[in-house]
Amino acid sequence: MKKILAASALALGLGVSATAFAEPVKVGLITTLSGGGAGLGVDARDGFMLAIKLSGATDIEVVTEDDAMKPELAVQIADKMIQSDKVDVLTGIIWSNLAMAVVPNAVAQGKFYLSPNAGPSPLAGAKCDKNYFNVAYQNDNFHEAAGNYAQTEGIKKMFILAPNYPAGTDSLNGFKRFYKGELVGEVYTKLGQTDYAAEIAQIRASGADSVFFFLPGGMGIAFMKQYAQSGVEIPVMGPGFSFSQDVLGAIGDAALGAKNTASWSPDLDNARNKEFVTAFKAEYNRLPSIYAAQAFDTGSLIAAVAAKTDVKDADAFRAALEAADFQSVRGKFKFNTNHHPIQDFYVREVVKDADGVLTNKIIATSFTDHEDAYAKDCKM
Amino acid sequence: MQTALLIEQLLNGIQFGVMLFLMAAGLTLIFGVMGLINLAHGSLYMVGAFACAWVAAATGSFWLGLLASLVAAAAAGAIVEMTVIRRLYGRDHLDQVLATFALILIFSEATRWVFGSFPLYLNIPPLLGGAVALPGGVHYPLYRLAIIGVGLAVALGLYLLISRTRLGMRIRAGESDREMIGALGVDIRTLYTIVFALGAALAGLAGAMVGALQSVQVGMGEPVLILAFVVIVIGGIGSIKGAFVGALLVGITDTMGRLLLPQMLAAIIGPAQAAGIGAALASMLIYIVMALILAVRPKGLFAAQA
Amino acid sequence: MTRETIFNVVLALFLLALPFAAMAMGEPFYVSLATRMAILALAAVGLNLALGFGGLVSFGHAAFFGIGGYAAGILASHAFNAEPLLFAIPGSDQMPVIWIVAALAAGFAAFLIGAVSLRTSGVYFIMITLAFAQMFYYFAISWPAYGGEDGLSITMRNGFPGLNTAVPVTFFLICYALLMAALLLLWRIRDSRFGAALQAARQNEVRVAAIGIAPYRIRLFAFVLSGMITGVAGALFADLNRFVSPSMMSWHMSGELIVLIILGGAGRLFGPVAGAILFVLLEFLLGGITERWQLFLGLILLGVVLFARGGLIGLVAGKPRHG
Repeated sequence: MKKILAASALALGLGVSATAFAEPVKVGLITTLSGGGAGLGVDARDGFMLAIKLSGATDIEVVTEDDAMKPELAVQIADKMIQSDKVDVLTGIIWSNLAMAVVPNAVAQGKFYLSPNAGPSPLAGAKCDKNYFNVAYQNDNFHEAAGNYAQTEGIKKMFILAPNYPAGTDSLNGFKRFYKGELVGEVYTKLGQTDYAAEIAQIRASGADSVFFFLPGGMGIAFMKQYAQSGVEIPVMGPGFSFSQDVLGAIGDAALGAKNTASWSPDLDNARNKEFVTAFKAEYNRLPSIYAAQAFDTGSLIAAVAAKTDVKDADAFRAALEAADFQSVRGKFKFNTNHHPIQDFYVREVVKDADGVLTNKIIATSFTDHEDAYAKDCKM
Repeated sequence: MQTALLIEQLLNGIQFGVMLFLMAAGLTLIFGVMGLINLAHGSLYMVGAFACAWVAAATGSFWLGLLASLVAAAAAGAIVEMTVIRRLYGRDHLDQVLATFALILIFSEATRWVFGSFPLYLNIPPLLGGAVALPGGVHYPLYRLAIIGVGLAVALGLYLLISRTRLGMRIRAGESDREMIGALGVDIRTLYTIVFALGAALAGLAGAMVGALQSVQVGMGEPVLILAFVVIVIGGIGSIKGAFVGALLVGITDTMGRLLLPQMLAAIIGPAQAAGIGAALASMLIYIVMALILAVRPKGLFAAQA
Repeated sequence: MTRETIFNVVLALFLLALPFAAMAMGEPFYVSLATRMAILALAAVGLNLALGFGGLVSFGHAAFFGIGGYAAGILASHAFNAEPLLFAIPGSDQMPVIWIVAALAAGFAAFLIGAVSLRTSGVYFIMITLAFAQMFYYFAISWPAYGGEDGLSITMRNGFPGLNTAVPVTFFLICYALLMAALLLLWRIRDSRFGAALQAARQNEVRVAAIGIAPYRIRLFAFVLSGMITGVAGALFADLNRFVSPSMMSWHMSGELIVLIILGGAGRLFGPVAGAILFVLLEFLLGGITERWQLFLGLILLGVVLFARGGLIGLVAGKPRHG
């Protein structure tokens, strides 16, 4: 889809406002808009577009295209956007494997890439780049926060579970980095697996005090439904993805009470977040997910930087990105030396809001000003 | 503890196998009678799940949803048969693969268009919630037992349908000699449409029952489709009995492999390595089994005569 | 010259002219689009040897495509990090070395898969090749050494002695030259004794066996050669994207390769070329127009199967002269 939000000239702006920079910023948004993973991409796109709209910027053009969750297609679209559409900034990718395919190529061609979701560890460490910024998180962070929470809560025996692929092993390693209690089970499942009877049977037999699982998308929906029906009473926790707004509706009441960790929650108490949640509900008639929130921040950051600097002056633009002087839905926002955020992580609980819709509520803070584990490997 | 776990896993394997049978029975029937490879069979599974979720959400009744899944999948199957599939019977497998591959793309995007990008909610009916205690200290979810029951009933029903009824006689005749039954005055076009719709309804039923257990989303049919193909190839294409045996074999191998392989490897190479390698091997296990079976019996376990 | 020959020449010249026209118009992106066409065409030419000439409908050629891609990725990453690959054997960032390794690795895999699969025929063959490819796919996803599902980046495009492969047009010409070489090879094979035996085995296995030719060995040889060509294409594809991942081995990729052949015209020498040009263009144009592009792609493919038998070449040049 090619939706160009061309200079939606605000009537009062008269075109001679504070922005003395005639060059518009052209943004390429590559995300997943078809197939099974489309929900996440649609949320990211909607969040991003909302930020641009609310910023009132008249000089930001956005080109959007669907990557269908295929790395090869994402590379092709990125090439097209860089060489043919002449974009200055790329963003939008949800999945780590697509980010690993696109980001090194894009930054090698001198373009900026701002990640609204994926944060694979190489890009935070040894393969970091001066033009790559991650506005969301490093992939391990949510899991580290969960591990830290389990540790501080004094949970003695944990059963941990993730799919057998890099993000899955990163997840369990992140959890174990902060959880020092006993692991009564550590299970890797097949990617895309949707029947967890075997794993639930192992959980039942393990004698664990709590279960931590990272199963993105449909895998997590299936796991939670089957877990709730299995009669196993051991409490579960997971990263925010497993209980994000996009899947809560499909899991249903089985999710109630589950603890999960994230850097954002719809009830996070700051003015910008209230503005975002209200505007998102008004615009799209649903609650925003974490993907929408992160993409909204990405859009806000681009709009804030574009208002102050000319994108053709790469050094100035980069310095402005590093300063990250924008209003974040996460309250405060700061980049580390590896261009990944230093931020707080919260423990959330799944509850029903006043309308009876399942959503998340913050119940504790796991980390304050948390940095990722890879920043020291990053030499820019 | 270990015995209870093993029994539970065995039941899980049977339940998984029975679900695969519902998919594989339609595929193998369609291939046996019409000689058609239908890659879009997974899409009919998806149609069943979405129809069930939508109707269950609208009416509050899972049972109406289940009925809707049968009707919607059968209708979708009949429409596709009459508009597209019918033109493919005389073609070689290549054209069938391409056309039904195209149907997957069409079904997936059309479903997303109608139902949106987010997974739908569908849960199992309260009547079948919870777990039951079985002898040997095993707690087992009632819903999964019900699935096993439905699957076995369908298997029995199909057996009776094919061996005892007039329709079944025509189906058997169609498998052994297509021209002949046409010459004998059987309305072959209607017969084909009925067989296709029957296969589709079974896939839709599987989709609805599994959808309540897993997640109802676009693309849900594709992994199941590939497994169903493995099943019918192992069992012998065209053979309902083969599909049944193959489905149970695949279901039990996959489930038990996921449990036992990492444990067995852990004894040899240590638990840290075993978790990853065991999981990698377990995901390849059914394909290895299939290759071994086909190496010994190239036409599957119960090769049809044709 | 027959109409088909004329059309083939037109296709070859069109593909060759495309990147130069793109450069002249200041649209460098279309060079990489043309390169993509050439590489996918090469992969499908490999499959065409098994599928078009031998009648072996392989639904698992993505495995060879991916193996070729990983050969390039793994050799390049070892060369880049200056780590020996096995014992003291170093990696390599030279395309000729990579192509040879890719061809050998894919050929070996094709030999193993073919040795088992060719005992079966018809639908069984379709499904068993699919199953083997799935095996490789899951293995690649879960094996952590080379990135698993995240895939493996190639930091710099691999080199070719005497050429600067970083220049897009140069890289296109390399791919184009390999495509033409493969077409030439297939053309020679088609009219050779081996080719005749292969096509005869497709039409009547019993008769071929009766005159003392073992169809199994002929087919196995064709299948291995076919896998090797597709493997080299995979290595080029990895170099084009500077990235390789398990999705190159997914069953969608196997399906796409079949689609290319049928779209262009099954059994035609230039069918894969016509198919690749058409498919890449469709994907690119539809993707630029609508978010629902896969729906329309499906409808177009369906239309081709139902109403344009013989694919693009069949439409333009009519029925093949024989067979």
